[in-house]
Amino acid sequence: MEFFVDENDRVDGIAKVTGKAKFFAEYEVPGLTYGVLVTSTVTKGKITAIDSKAASNAPGVLAVVSHLNKPSVAGYEQEGGSPMKIFYTDQIFYNGQPLAIVVADTFERATYAATLVQVSYAKEDFNTDFEKSISDSTVKKLQGQTPYKRGIEDAYKTAEVQLEQKYHLPVETHNPMELHGIIADWRPNDQVTVYAKTQGVKATQNTIANVFKIPVDKVQVNSEFVGGAFGMALRTWPLEIATIIASKHLAKPVKLVITRDQMFTMVGNRPASYQKIGIGATKDGKLTGITHTAFGQSATYENFTEGVVNMSKFMYQCENVNTNYYVIPLDMGVPIWMRGPGEATGAFALESAIDEMAHALDMDPLEFRIKNDPEIDQVQKRPFSSKYIKEAYKLGADKIGWNERKNKPGSIVDGAWQIGYGVSVGVFGAGRGRATVKGILKADGSLVLQSAASDIGPGTGTGMTLIASKLMNIPVGKITFELGDSSLPPAPSQGGSATLSTVGSAVNDVCVALKATIVELAANANMDATANFVDVLKKNNLAMIEKTIQSSQNNPEAKNYSMYSFSIHFVQVRVHQLTGVVKVSKIVSVGDAGTIVSPKTARSQMVGGAVGGIGMALTEEALLDHRYGRYINNNFADYHVPVHADVPEIDVIFINKPDLIVNPMGAKGMGEIALIGFSAAVANAVFNATGKRIRTLPITPDKVLEA
Amino acid sequence: MSELDPNAAGDTRRDFLKKSSLFTALTLTPLTVLKAADQKVDERFAEMFEKIPLNLKVNNKPYTLKVEPRVTLLDLLREQLHLTGTKKGCDHGQCGACTVHVNGQRVNSCLSLAVMNEGKSITTIEGLAKGDVLHPMQAAFIKHDGFQCGYCTPGQIMSAVACIKEGHANSKDEIREYMSGNICRCGAYPNIIDAIQEVKEKGTAL
Repeated sequence: MEFFVDENDRVDGIAKVTGKAKFFAEYEVPGLTYGVLVTSTVTKGKITAIDSKAASNAPGVLAVVSHLNKPSVAGYEQEGGSPMKIFYTDQIFYNGQPLAIVVADTFERATYAATLVQVSYAKEDFNTDFEKSISDSTVKKLQGQTPYKRGIEDAYKTAEVQLEQKYHLPVETHNPMELHGIIADWRPNDQVTVYAKTQGVKATQNTIANVFKIPVDKVQVNSEFVGGAFGMALRTWPLEIATIIASKHLAKPVKLVITRDQMFTMVGNRPASYQKIGIGATKDGKLTGITHTAFGQSATYENFTEGVVNMSKFMYQCENVNTNYYVIPLDMGVPIWMRGPGEATGAFALESAIDEMAHALDMDPLEFRIKNDPEIDQVQKRPFSSKYIKEAYKLGADKIGWNERKNKPGSIVDGAWQIGYGVSVGVFGAGRGRATVKGILKADGSLVLQSAASDIGPGTGTGMTLIASKLMNIPVGKITFELGDSSLPPAPSQGGSATLSTVGSAVNDVCVALKATIVELAANANMDATANFVDVLKKNNLAMIEKTIQSSQNNPEAKNYSMYSFSIHFVQVRVHQLTGVVKVSKIVSVGDAGTIVSPKTARSQMVGGAVGGIGMALTEEALLDHRYGRYINNNFADYHVPVHADVPEIDVIFINKPDLIVNPMGAKGMGEIALIGFSAAVANAVFNATGKRIRTLPITPDKVLEA
Repeated sequence: MSELDPNAAGDTRRDFLKKSSLFTALTLTPLTVLKAADQKVDERFAEMFEKIPLNLKVNNKPYTLKVEPRVTLLDLLREQLHLTGTKKGCDHGQCGACTVHVNGQRVNSCLSLAVMNEGKSITTIEGLAKGDVLHPMQAAFIKHDGFQCGYCTPGQIMSAVACIKEGHANSKDEIREYMSGNICRCGAYPNIIDAIQEVKEKGTAL
């Protein structure tokens, strides 16, 4: 399709706006059959019987596969252990757990037949109540992270000014727009091809090879386009293994697409959490102690931990800090990292508490943060590789009109609405992993780059293409970046804001190597070292040259620095005095994320993080009915993610200064910082507007009215 | 429940065939009926009795089909016609990813049974561009980066075109209101609004 693509437009933009981009469920596989899951209607216990006679006899049904008749799965033959071994257990660990898969020749027939499967249970008592479990000494709590202490423990208790507060976050669900699932095609020669929704084709490939004990090269994973994931596709879920088992059992390709309500139970969530923060300062506003204790929800059958208390250890200059983090295993589906993961949870508590302390000191919260900005990372006792946070504070404050803000809450009123301003900080490790990229430079002037990387939406191909374009001086339109295919050179999963840094470094290294080869070839042909690579290849009678390079994980200097990306979120809110409705009316997000490689997609990522932050702050909460252990708002009508009408204009500012310690591009990751801290900025703005401090997310009108 | 009720508890069509007096009336011996059941003749009957003729146009192409009445327009497009540009996000009319135009109006195709569209003209995302020339809304979405993962995008674009045609794109706030049935979890909303506003202001015929 002929269309002028701007240098900064997404390389897959045309595919996405024309419907040509193929997501996992859209591949045409000959002889495809359809799977539908039968799920547990009880929360804990044992399956005593599965009556699948009626389902098996229903029209078009090919099989009902469960623990009673599954084919052998070599990696599951040994009993017990984690993760959950689907179809190898009669145990019910949570409500909505997949128990059987019904496969039929059409989706409608499989859906109907699944309703005919009758499961009998021996029910047991269960516990899904996180809030109640916190104070219940009979409920087991596990240490989630090694306790941390520097200086004096609980030093805040002797501070001139001290406060102690508790913060609650509910279960949030990722809910990408694309439903989860897989197409599995197990062939009689024990070769399996899957079309998956995954953040890591290599990780999926390895998991499948391990579970079925087949060689890795017998597993082909395809996942070119992924319809959002936000962390939920960072592992291979039991439902995916179930579909592969069904395909193996039937020797036919099987497609499973789960339902929206199943997206709440079987593909993880941001776990509920409870946090206590004690914070102490001198009267003139120097922090003297921070104590952060957190509890997160986990599952009985698999454990899950994340970095809830990390940020409290180093974000502010403070001699005395101690943290502790526990998890509470409940009879619920296991959580998984959700955008910003634990750091976003922790940032809500810490950044709310910092705002509360600034208020207690009668200081501007921005001034209080600047006063306590650390020169070095006090945990590792080394400098930051780059940190332009003071500059970021200033740019953001100017843009939002921070000088309009009054430090006294409830000062600005516009008719029925109170107006307030809030700020918060986000931080996340600027990690870099190891990836391999193959580059093929052709005499027709084109460059093909290949790596088994993923793109769940941020624009991996676009970023990589721009890196190569700049280095090779080749127009974007002549460069192709191939990803989402497990047979390509290995790359890690897309998570933890590390793709651009990790895969981008390998692209950088491949381009450098290709250029060096061209210089050698030019010399061989008595050409100038600056000669165009097309001429050099032609002169050498070469159609192409290839290089495959694994990037080193870090530059040698990196060990002397702490590497983080930072964000500052400024928001203006309007709070309706009669109804308690909160509207976010202005947003300025500033990213300190090193060089911005791809300005257009980077901006979109920051915008997307702010939108996710609006949901986290104001509307998102997966509610359980603890009598049954079931979610009661497991759909988009009742679980409110932000819609167009919830989102104002969003200004994004980048510091855009290179951090060459992290990687050769000077770019730090930004997927997580786009969201981390945002919810606290909203809570702080609500306080500034109304004088009401809401410490339990989401900030719904009832809480505002009751406060 | 009568013997003829195929939905009688625990019965399947095959059981039904085995018992059916209808078949006796058709002068088949019980043995033949059993044999028919074993040979899945019921599937062939199902083909005859359970599928309904359907004529409709999709992207100006006429289709003559036979579909089960329980098949949604969305599943017909995706699973039978292989027009997978239209997306399934919730199957409950709550997300807008499946938005198509039916006789020019935006419709959640997951809430429309295929057989309800007899004689109607459906436009999907695949039918929006004129050959190699993108529709102005498609071009504007690329220019303003009105997406990240791209999954809600076809629905957003179909809805956006209708939003302007309906006369509901006179201000950013009005666009926000009338586009709120289309969820974007990546959060590209401000960019989508910019794209729609630009197309509206250019006044190009849609």
